Amino acid sequence: MFKIVRKEVLNPSVSLIEVEAPYIAKKAEPGQFIILRVDEKGERIPFTIADFDREKGTVTVIFQKVGASTEYLDTLGEGDFILDFVGPLGVASHFENVKSVAVIGGGLGTAIAYPQAKKLKSLGAEVDMINGFRNKDLIIIEDLCKAACTNLYTMTDDGSNGNQGFVTAKLEELIEGGKKYDMVIAIGPLVMMKAVCELTKKYDIKTIVSMNPVMIDGTGMCGGCRVTVGGETKFACVDGPDFDGHQVDFDQAILRSKMFKSQEESARKNHRCRMEGMNNA
Amino acid sequence: MPNMSLKKVPMPEQDPNVRNKNFMEVSTGYTEDMAVEEAQRCLNCKSRPCMKGCPVCVKIPEFIALVAERKFEEAYNKIQETSSLPAICGRVCPQESQCEKYCVRGIKGESVGIGRLERFVADWHMEHGEDKVEIPEKKGKKVAVVGAGPSGLTCASDLAKMGYDVSIFEAFHTPGGVLMYGIPEFRLPKKIVQKEIEKLKAYGVEINTNMVIGKVLSVDELLNDEGFSAVFIGTGAGLPSFMKIEGESLNGVYSANEFLTRINLMKAYKFPDYDTPIYFGKNVAVVGGGNVAMDAARSAKRLGAENVYIIYRRSEEEMPARLEEVHHAKEEGIDFRILCNPTKILGDEGWVKGIECIKMELGEPDASGRRRPVPIEGSEFCLDVDSVVIAIGQTPNPLIKNTTPDMETNKWGCIVAKEETGETSKKGVYAGGDAVTGAATVILAMGAGKTAAQSIDEYLSK
Repeated sequence: MFKIVRKEVLNPSVSLIEVEAPYIAKKAEPGQFIILRVDEKGERIPFTIADFDREKGTVTVIFQKVGASTEYLDTLGEGDFILDFVGPLGVASHFENVKSVAVIGGGLGTAIAYPQAKKLKSLGAEVDMINGFRNKDLIIIEDLCKAACTNLYTMTDDGSNGNQGFVTAKLEELIEGGKKYDMVIAIGPLVMMKAVCELTKKYDIKTIVSMNPVMIDGTGMCGGCRVTVGGETKFACVDGPDFDGHQVDFDQAILRSKMFKSQEESARKNHRCRMEGMNNA
Repeated sequence: MPNMSLKKVPMPEQDPNVRNKNFMEVSTGYTEDMAVEEAQRCLNCKSRPCMKGCPVCVKIPEFIALVAERKFEEAYNKIQETSSLPAICGRVCPQESQCEKYCVRGIKGESVGIGRLERFVADWHMEHGEDKVEIPEKKGKKVAVVGAGPSGLTCASDLAKMGYDVSIFEAFHTPGGVLMYGIPEFRLPKKIVQKEIEKLKAYGVEINTNMVIGKVLSVDELLNDEGFSAVFIGTGAGLPSFMKIEGESLNGVYSANEFLTRINLMKAYKFPDYDTPIYFGKNVAVVGGGNVAMDAARSAKRLGAENVYIIYRRSEEEMPARLEEVHHAKEEGIDFRILCNPTKILGDEGWVKGIECIKMELGEPDASGRRRPVPIEGSEFCLDVDSVVIAIGQTPNPLIKNTTPDMETNKWGCIVAKEETGETSKKGVYAGGDAVTGAATVILAMGAGKTAAQSIDEYLSK
């Protein structure tokens, strides 16, 4: 059992939990992920590690309520326990000789982009962080990000925070304005990562993306997380989750992300009953 | 006077058309009288040919003689002298190619139903017997066992009974390995596996789930920082092989590992009561001819698929699955397409809609001694299916290999370990089961776990 020592609601659909997991905290690196299972009937859900504290022995994940399992997870609060919590899984991000980098986070992806920005800054790189949200109410961890980069640009689709535009538009503006990046890191929805990669290809800037496909075990066993990279089948759990974005077959990844869509809908309806059932008990 | 019937006492089974809609065990097991009758078929040969076919040397004629005398608990104790998981072996061992292969009764007629008797004895004990747990004197030395599958559980059990402090590290949230995630409930009820695991705990074995060795701790850290004097690696062959044909990334294509794990471990057959979903549609093709393929096909049928095909490139004779599983699968209405090989998976907007196969014929024997299947030109045909399960084998997981550079592995990624001892090239580190041999059987893995426990004891007693 793994105790939630801190919980913060970041926006109406996104929450942060800090979980006691000393062994994982000791080894975790940016880019890696954990898998958790809330209770006996739960799914194994992968989450990229948003932060870790080796001293306190905690690992932080930030999640969005997108389906039955994450809604259920959000019913837990400080002091509650998660049944299973396993990691750190996947290959840690590599940042060698990066002097200037753009780190892009889209929506919840910001939570995963944050530790990467933090690590790069600590290694002495100049870090421009560009985060995008649909509107200002959905903006998360802005202060943390500010501290983790050199320049922070927070964009909204509707302009409600005063900065209207997609992250790609901002990135293009910065590059056109003379910014030279050794590398771009893009983490967010598949369509956003695809758009960033199309742009950076034009400028020939190496781009790393973080894939988060459907998976079960996270150790290479199920093969559900297959991603085609450079024409080869890779497993996001053991070969990734970071990949060269210019090599990733995004169209296929977008199709694969829809595999269990109809089942997820029915689960969502059913889950309410289970949660209500619990409250009545 | 022995029972000279040429046939085994038939095994009571659920009716095929009932059982192919539920997940309850197919065979319901012998009654006491049936077991005694079958035991009386054993000639109690002095040379004990059956025993040479058993990887863990169960004292077969002795235990069967005790069954014939209705001394069921004594029979159980006799098996326990060399095998720690009889309820499991009686159900999943390929007896026809092991003990029963050498049975004298098999020369004319059917061999003695050794597997059925082993299962009966283990089940009888579970219901009527008592587990005597005698905690041995502690040796004060810690051994780490990586992986809670058949080899790891056996190794841990033997070491605990010798007095070692044993800690098992398991990557999944539940111990049992392939016994839990792979073999379905209808072939091996999970409560049997859980019972065996409870027994281990009674001997003081500590089971740490959610611990991926190679990630959260390395083998070196187990030896140097965590105070273990020896390590046994029984991490199995977990990495699924794909066919590398067109269409394998379509939605609806699963590795058998994913398909079976969703169903068995995550209980997707109880979705939406359990949260893990599964999708497979009405028509399912399973590629492969081993036990895993049979398990996947029969699971799909039970989940309501109308047409389930087994596509296998060799002939039925070469199928590696247990005879009984093939027989059960046919009874349950699985459609066998033998001497066929998939050439591509057809899709429509990202989803599987069919599989194209080519017919094969048998040519000259290949390296495995089996006749090599050769495609018949122009014989391609299509099957309309909504999903495809690939069950063509697994290779060992590289997580430990990659973080233990001074331990030798071969070109297939299998750990190199001496067969007689389980020793690897790294001091104090032993290995066995599928991690060493590549995908094989439960009983071979158990045999390897046993051997390694013996060697670890010798190593630590020096």
